[in-house]
Amino acid sequence: MQNIISIANLSKTYASGFSALKGVDLNIRDGEIFALLGPNGAGKTTLISIVCGLVNASGGSVTAGGHDIVRDYRAARSLIGLVPQELTTDAFETVWATVNLSRGLFGKRRDHAHVEKLLKQLSLWDKKDEKIVTLSGGMKRRLMIAKALSHEPRILFLDEPTAGVDVELRRDMWNIVRELRADGVTVILTTHYIEEAEEMADRIGVINKGELILVEETAALMNKLGKKALTLQLHCPLDAIPDTLSGYALELSADRTELTYTYDTQGQRTGITSLLTDLAAAGIRFRDLHTEQSSLEEIFVSLVSERT
Amino acid sequence: MNLRAVQSIYLYEMHRTWRTLWQSVVSPVISTSLYFVVFGAAIGSRITEIDGISYGAFIVPGLIMLSLLTQSISNASFAIYFPKFVGTIYEVMSAPVSYFEIVLAYVGAAATKSIILGLIILATAHLFVPLHIEHPVWMLVFMVLTAFTFSLFGFIIGIWAGSFEQLQIVPLLIITPLTFLGGSFYSISMLPPLWQKISLVNPVVYLVSGFRWSFFEHSDVGVGISLAMTLAFLAVCLAIVSWMFRTGYRLKT
Repeated sequence: MQNIISIANLSKTYASGFSALKGVDLNIRDGEIFALLGPNGAGKTTLISIVCGLVNASGGSVTAGGHDIVRDYRAARSLIGLVPQELTTDAFETVWATVNLSRGLFGKRRDHAHVEKLLKQLSLWDKKDEKIVTLSGGMKRRLMIAKALSHEPRILFLDEPTAGVDVELRRDMWNIVRELRADGVTVILTTHYIEEAEEMADRIGVINKGELILVEETAALMNKLGKKALTLQLHCPLDAIPDTLSGYALELSADRTELTYTYDTQGQRTGITSLLTDLAAAGIRFRDLHTEQSSLEEIFVSLVSERT
Repeated sequence: MNLRAVQSIYLYEMHRTWRTLWQSVVSPVISTSLYFVVFGAAIGSRITEIDGISYGAFIVPGLIMLSLLTQSISNASFAIYFPKFVGTIYEVMSAPVSYFEIVLAYVGAAATKSIILGLIILATAHLFVPLHIEHPVWMLVFMVLTAFTFSLFGFIIGIWAGSFEQLQIVPLLIITPLTFLGGSFYSISMLPPLWQKISLVNPVVYLVSGFRWSFFEHSDVGVGISLAMTLAFLAVCLAIVSWMFRTGYRLKT
């Protein structure tokens, strides 16, 4: 797949001396959903802001659709839509006027049919003549997306799109992002919510302290770094774990009816076969069992803590 | 050139004027009318003519210039400061728009509003005093040039300002005193010789003088000097705004 954004050796040091980005290299593929994960102050927003022209880079280069974001900024920016983290709107303007302004800023001729379609898609059509100040937080968030999409960009940046929104709206956002991908739009989102990245992203990048720690296919990342937990529901409560099973580092639940064994999916031997044999030998019978993959959140925490 | 972006910002800004019609147009007209009542009718009736011009008519160019200066600065500074304050500036800064286009749109809209206001005040003044404009084309030239120059100055203040207090401080502490002391309500030839010399340091003297010349062919300084000083101030403002955008001063980090 072709790269639509290429970032090479990008760095940013603010006037205060704080180094927000330290030589980041990253390629975003055309049509993918890419999630950029990282704790507060990791450099996510700085990275997006440089690509969108809001912050000057200290070093390195960025191209969007093959156009350098500094030398050929018009062509590069024409491809990009940005939904910033903050809900920044002109409170006293109407929904219709503000979306049309956004389209005009990108040099596109007025297209009422397109704006109407967009507002209907985002459930804002019945609010088109309302002042923005009257909209709810969720509606404002959708309005920000409508503004970013008004000029039909090929790349959409969503900076923390679901920060502070309720579960229902978060689901709505995910559906919107999936629809955009279906339309061929490349989506780059930053998020604190690992679940969000896990649920939607084709690839995940983890950034911490201005360095890109890894970039990986979501599924591959889960497989590569994930651990699995095998939980056995016992037939009878167990008083204590027999000494013969001490090598497995088993955990007994508080009600003593479940045993949990954690293993590495990447290990050559998972130890499951021998565990089951030893359990039978110890006379421990179980009614049911299930396995569970460790969440991306756990992977993320372990990655970040490894580097600190 | 992204003319659609220029047009969009311009129309959006003009639309804001109609949305806030009362504060944008009506209140300056009322305050100017009050000046005419106080200075033109009440006090002016006791003042003799100045170089053959009735005092009521004499202050018209000064009053228009007073409004042009203050409104140009206020319109342009607020137009750029408000998006900075609420954060909507991100949209303009991330759009495929050049700095020249951004300035053209915001300053163009601010200057248009001031010019419309100046013409409304001129029409209002006509209701109070009989007016004959000797050089209407030059009057328009001075009006447009002043509106653009001071809108540009206001734009610079809007970018520089870090708070609403700072936004107000330059117009209140510098522009208003300079305008009142710049011959809006008197001819500087009426001042003692020392103050006449000091007044020549005030750039507003040249604006008011040139503008008044276009009305009555009466001026405190030569019209050529007035024009040159206005153009010089325009050049300084252009240089500052160009530096601000080139370096991203208070716009980019």
